[in-house]
Amino acid sequence: MGLLGKTIGVAPIGCSVVAHQFMNVDMCEAAHGRAPAVASGIRRVHPERVVFTYQGDGDLASIGMGEIVHAAARGEKFTTFFINNGIYGMTGGQMAPTTLIGQRSTTSVDGRTREQAGMPLKICELLATLDGPDYIERVSLDSPAHIRAAKKAVRKAFEYQLAGKGFTFVELLSTCPTNWGLTPPEAMKRMREEVAAYYPLGVYKDTGKEAE
Amino acid sequence: MSEKVLMKGNEAFAEAVIRGGVRFYFGYPITPQSEIPEFMSRELPKRGGKFLQAESELGAINMAYGCGAAGGNGFISSSSPGIALMQEGMSFLCGAEVPVTLLNVSRGGPGIGSIQPGQADYNQVTRGGGNGDYRIPVFAPASIQEAVDILYEAPGIADKYRNPVMVLADGLMGQMMEPVVLPEPRHAFTSEEIPAAKPWAISGSEKGERSVVKSLRLQPEVLEAHVEHLYEKYAEMEKELERVECENLEGAEVVFVAFGTMARLAREAMEMLEAQGIKAGMIRPISLWPYPYKAFDGIDFNTTKAVISVELSMGQMLQDINLGVKGRVPVRLIHRVGGMLPTSLEVVEKTKKIYKRHAARQHQLLSRLHPRRRTPHHHGDAG
Repeated sequence: MGLLGKTIGVAPIGCSVVAHQFMNVDMCEAAHGRAPAVASGIRRVHPERVVFTYQGDGDLASIGMGEIVHAAARGEKFTTFFINNGIYGMTGGQMAPTTLIGQRSTTSVDGRTREQAGMPLKICELLATLDGPDYIERVSLDSPAHIRAAKKAVRKAFEYQLAGKGFTFVELLSTCPTNWGLTPPEAMKRMREEVAAYYPLGVYKDTGKEAE
Repeated sequence: MSEKVLMKGNEAFAEAVIRGGVRFYFGYPITPQSEIPEFMSRELPKRGGKFLQAESELGAINMAYGCGAAGGNGFISSSSPGIALMQEGMSFLCGAEVPVTLLNVSRGGPGIGSIQPGQADYNQVTRGGGNGDYRIPVFAPASIQEAVDILYEAPGIADKYRNPVMVLADGLMGQMMEPVVLPEPRHAFTSEEIPAAKPWAISGSEKGERSVVKSLRLQPEVLEAHVEHLYEKYAEMEKELERVECENLEGAEVVFVAFGTMARLAREAMEMLEAQGIKAGMIRPISLWPYPYKAFDGIDFNTTKAVISVELSMGQMLQDINLGVKGRVPVRLIHRVGGMLPTSLEVVEKTKKIYKRHAARQHQLLSRLHPRRRTPHHHGDAG
């Protein structure tokens, strides 16, 4: 897309805390959960640039819920990539707000229960209730076909941003074989069968489409 | 120079930082400083700037972090409990070396406390509540003019050191009106100018080496070297940013130490005491960090019976005063809290009590140490 040298990224706290080492653009690191606030500040200074945040499920759906909801409601002109693997990876496999019922973690060793920890959060569905966002889609990284679809969603989010639209959000279902206690193929299978059943893939909001 | 205008404190503060080069405001409503976001929401868009009301103080400080990391001159105002919520952000800003100007129009605590003036944020602002080794310069002006001058300068100081700078006022200063001379507006960088002016900033521009702004340093030796580097900066700040006003120290019998509005009250008390034959001096720290410890060497220890801190807290500044006094003379406290203010008469009466007690004690002590020594200014024939 020719966006290198025109893009500013914000890395989160969590297992993607060193995301700034993997992406060859200007980046800063945000305090845990605050990436959408940081991106809102960056956006005020550089209205012409492409801005994105890269956040995990603990960062975005737990500690950073206030920031993401308000950034989305303001229709902030940046893109958030939400990597949902349903577990705290960096700290060693604790229950996340997106951990499924029955899923084992180091803080729910017999599996998450509704009685003890409530229900997992569906972020795309939640943000889609707001009038601020322009594009919300959930994709999965479980197969080559889905990865190609995910790439399309990423591109679309950036295209919307370049077209001057407001908040764009792509949730990417992802595995964490280590903390799920599964082999990579088993983890892929679980993501396809169990995770995507609770978090259905698809477009939750698309003002570009609605306008057509 | 511009002409003198009569302005309310909070509005003068806001005007001063805009003139000092600030173009971005982030804040969350809190008494007693809400006139500042109101003023900024009206004025910044007219001057090529942007106003953003944050969803919380956590949001505000992190928006300012993004703004500063991107090379913008950001400004945040809040009051005590709001400043408490921003402590994590301040630690991040210091660790990642991101500039911002902060204004704390402080009120009473602990907890939600009261909305009346207070100075019980002293430890919060000078010691900081965030994690890790970091420091933030804090200035405590005593008049609206002094606040205007410091706030005008603050964005430049923040940029120079790539560190947050805080100005501490209180509810009294925010709400009162005084004549001020506003300085000439300074140039503020446009987004096009930022990549050249601040090559370290994340401006998303083609400039060779990409920029990364972060506080994470996972390798111990790298983090150690970074903290050492921060402390070299802080050492320089200690040399360059210390500010203090000393008055009447020579021959003073009591010396007040007070900052902000309490210094004004102490000055009134000084005049009243002088009229009653007690010579009072004052050390007024303008920078609370770096604290002007050396100023205390200027106390006339031959004449001074006690150093008295006049504070709107339970004596949070006493620790620093004692570090300056080094046991050379007793240190005492006159204070009110909870939003209560002492009157200058109350300060005078309490000072006289302290003075008499210590003058008598000093006399006794001298008599014991030097039984034959004449102590002329009390009992000429004693000994």
